[in-house]
Amino acid sequence: MPSAALATPSVAVLKRVARSHNLTDETYRRIVKTLGRAPTLTEVGMFGVSWSEHCAYSSSKPYLQQFPTRGPRILVPAGKENAGVVDIGGGWAVVFKCESHNHPSAVEPVQGAATGVGGIIRDIFTMGARPIALLDSLRFGPLGEPRSRFLLEGVVKGIADYGNAVGVPTVGGEITFDAAYRDNPLVNVMCIGLVPVRRIARAAAGGVGNPVLYVGSSTGRDGLGGASFASRELAEGRDADRPAVQIGDPFTEKCLIEATLEALATGDVIGIQDMGAAGLACSTSETAARGGVGIEIDVARVPRRAEGMTPYEVMLSESQERMLLIVKRGREERVKRLFAKWGLAAVEIGRVTRDGLMRVRDGPAVAAEIPASALTDEAPVYHRPVRRPAWLSRAQRLPLARVPLPKDYARVLTTLLGSPTIADKSPVFEQYDHMVQTNTVVLPGRADAAVLRLRSGRRPERSRGAAVLRLRGLGRWLAATTDGNGRACFLDPYEGGKLAVAEAARNLVCVGARPLAVTDCLNFGSPQDPAVMWQFKACVRGIAEACRAFKTPVTGGNVSFYNEGPRGAVDPTPVIGMIGLIESGMGPMTANFKDEGDAVILLGETREELGGSEYLAVIHRRKAGRPPRVDLAGELALQQLMLTLAAQGLLKSAHDCSEGGLAVALAEGCLMEPSRLIGATVSLQPPAGARRPIRTDALLFGESAGRIVISCARYHVERIEHLAARHKVAMAVAGRVGGVHLCIDSWIDAPVDELSEAWRSGLRQALGVRR
Amino acid sequence: MKFGVVVFPGSNCDQDCLDVLRDVLGQPAVPLWHQETSLKGCDAVVLPGGFSYGDYLRTGAIARFSPIMRSVARLAKDGGLVLGVCNGFQILLEAGLLPGAMLRNTGLRFICRFVTLRVERADTPFTNRFQPGQVIRLPIAHNEGRYTADAKTLKAIRDHVVFRYCDEDGRVTDAANPNGSAGALAGLTNERGNVLGMMPHPERASDSALGSSDGRLVFESMLEAMVHA
Repeated sequence: MPSAALATPSVAVLKRVARSHNLTDETYRRIVKTLGRAPTLTEVGMFGVSWSEHCAYSSSKPYLQQFPTRGPRILVPAGKENAGVVDIGGGWAVVFKCESHNHPSAVEPVQGAATGVGGIIRDIFTMGARPIALLDSLRFGPLGEPRSRFLLEGVVKGIADYGNAVGVPTVGGEITFDAAYRDNPLVNVMCIGLVPVRRIARAAAGGVGNPVLYVGSSTGRDGLGGASFASRELAEGRDADRPAVQIGDPFTEKCLIEATLEALATGDVIGIQDMGAAGLACSTSETAARGGVGIEIDVARVPRRAEGMTPYEVMLSESQERMLLIVKRGREERVKRLFAKWGLAAVEIGRVTRDGLMRVRDGPAVAAEIPASALTDEAPVYHRPVRRPAWLSRAQRLPLARVPLPKDYARVLTTLLGSPTIADKSPVFEQYDHMVQTNTVVLPGRADAAVLRLRSGRRPERSRGAAVLRLRGLGRWLAATTDGNGRACFLDPYEGGKLAVAEAARNLVCVGARPLAVTDCLNFGSPQDPAVMWQFKACVRGIAEACRAFKTPVTGGNVSFYNEGPRGAVDPTPVIGMIGLIESGMGPMTANFKDEGDAVILLGETREELGGSEYLAVIHRRKAGRPPRVDLAGELALQQLMLTLAAQGLLKSAHDCSEGGLAVALAEGCLMEPSRLIGATVSLQPPAGARRPIRTDALLFGESAGRIVISCARYHVERIEHLAARHKVAMAVAGRVGGVHLCIDSWIDAPVDELSEAWRSGLRQALGVRR
Repeated sequence: MKFGVVVFPGSNCDQDCLDVLRDVLGQPAVPLWHQETSLKGCDAVVLPGGFSYGDYLRTGAIARFSPIMRSVARLAKDGGLVLGVCNGFQILLEAGLLPGAMLRNTGLRFICRFVTLRVERADTPFTNRFQPGQVIRLPIAHNEGRYTADAKTLKAIRDHVVFRYCDEDGRVTDAANPNGSAGALAGLTNERGNVLGMMPHPERASDSALGSSDGRLVFESMLEAMVHA
């Protein structure tokens, strides 16, 4: 029982605190029932954060069970640890996860984004993996609006300040702009790490009597209630939320990475968990519950940076760069010395107990005593009402007769190339250190996915004094991408969900990588809105179907609800982070055309699909219609064909056809490598006798799924035709590489250097970045 | 020849340098922890890039007080080779082993990309494998790379500038200067020529798989100079 002195606020006060954590009166009653008594203030807080939507997935859990989570390469399935673990062979595994930091970034973009990076990196190295890459998936309102520019610049600075200093390269990602995100930007960060299979660390406590160490920065009042904050819509008066945003310190994080990996290598650490959302409260109860044991800690021993903090505040603080370690008894001094070498405090704050209780002391007094599993496993699950939005049918109507055909297709192409969503992103990624660790073999913006060479990873020197064995290279490459399409999901969340997964997989096969596994960030509005829950349900079904079809299990991720502002919810935006492996000795492929005379080939079929396209949005200012339909079997056949072509070394380039359609994909093939601009002459005209002619704008700028533009030496065309037929993939030899113009039938004839200028200056001008 | 790579808390290119020295150059190379004083018999020392001590006060300002820096200064005084890359260059400036200081890039943004450089001196222990006037490609990755010094110093160091930012044809122009560095300076030696500070990262361009192997020649030059010393 908690000490009487700490347990006496009135029920009215407790209920008010509970409501401040977004706990309903009914949930409060449930807490009382679980404990068999009234909770203390600290206990209300601990339940509040542990049972928040952010930590407990209360509204999403019933749907997330549809995701396939197992596969031959999955070593740790979703939900069991901090991140998923995928076997890549040779005794090595990849650990990866994607997480959102939308709400903090809307309030304070620099710190919001920075702490997002810091948090996801900690999820990776707490598994024993060295973080080797970051990708960011970002969405903002139109760049013409000052607030969007302020948010974009702040978020990019936050990612750069943190990622660059911590020494993990930011190698890829995506940035899109749409009015749907003007109040509530999306900031999703994915981190990838590499770990020897036998060194994978666990986030479970064990061994009764083992000491619990607190490691890293001191605890302050920053970020108090962050997890509850993220589970609430942004109020009009954003500044009032500022204390809930944490401050990041990449220097401490860098030291924490090195010290933690050294500590894990000693074998003295039983369990380890980062203190992320809901800080000490979640990290202690989760490690206890996973290990089937109890943990007792004394908050009086927790290093602090603010005076007079209550147990409630210490337990709920979200101060950054802190970890919880359970170490073998008798080895604590050795572990502490190791952290001290890196200038980090490691303090014994408690021990593992037998009773399964999460007990929080404040010196002699007991401030909380809760069954650990009650916090983690008994959170309420809400079966929220679901209703198809009334406006959807109207949004899906797109009478093409009322969409006028453009007079000048070349001008449309130039406009699309310069639109911020399509334009060159180098003004952003040049602010990120994308080369540190010297594994980035394809620079950002040169291919459809980021590609890293895989080496043996780094071992801490002097570990156990043993000779350090270094494998020179693993002879394979890791590819990674993030993809999402909010507009498509807005118009049809089920097809949009499939599309996001299909595009991610297509991006990977375009560099020659076999898709392995998925992490996802699901960004939606308020789950209390039945229309949002309908979108969520449909999206998850689409993602699950696609992941099952492609045999790419979901290994983890997060759900971010309440992405709303005064003007409504964001577009439903699932972001798919996918990793793949290049195992053939040919190495990665890039997207740009290479040599005069090479054949340009289109794989896949173009249908009259303009719904939800960038062309409609940018040129006709419309967000309407049905998004492109995804044929999962056709996508899979395309993936398999691409992997065969890549393995046989038949291709010179490959580029997925997405925003802006074929015309943009062809133009990008001409201009993506700035030092080697090259033209192409192609014909998209369907062969005579084709069923029904397609509108020219749909042919050029429509975004039908399942299409890839490849180029190859002419003498390989026949072989490729043969393989495409065998895989039942539609193929058309469309033209050839060469010259200094891009010519498409009689519709477009544009000098590549002009197209290149439009593409390169689009974002640069909007941001005022000098080359 | 044995190389040492100093590891400050916050260094993040230390392992990249060790990789190149061991795997590409094939030489023994060891990390030197900043709190130690022994150089462990190293013939040459590299101060790697990164954010030593978080660079919170001023880049390199705290690292120069590390115990290992006294030994590095002694090595320099005895004629041993010391290479500072990026943050390592900033530390050499703060430690007074090279003259001048670094300001924030004129664009006020971090810049990470390949740049072209002109080799101004091919007769130093760090550049003897290059041709004078050769144009090379190396990546930069920094926030504070705008070299500055008073007029007298700028005049005095004129002959010690080893690399300048230039365009692809070797012309030194404002447009080719990524950070506003005085005289487009990208690399500088001390008067004796045995200490080099450079902002571009040779260790990131020592393997053609990474887009350029021009940087390897910096390390090969050091080896050449030491073998024939």
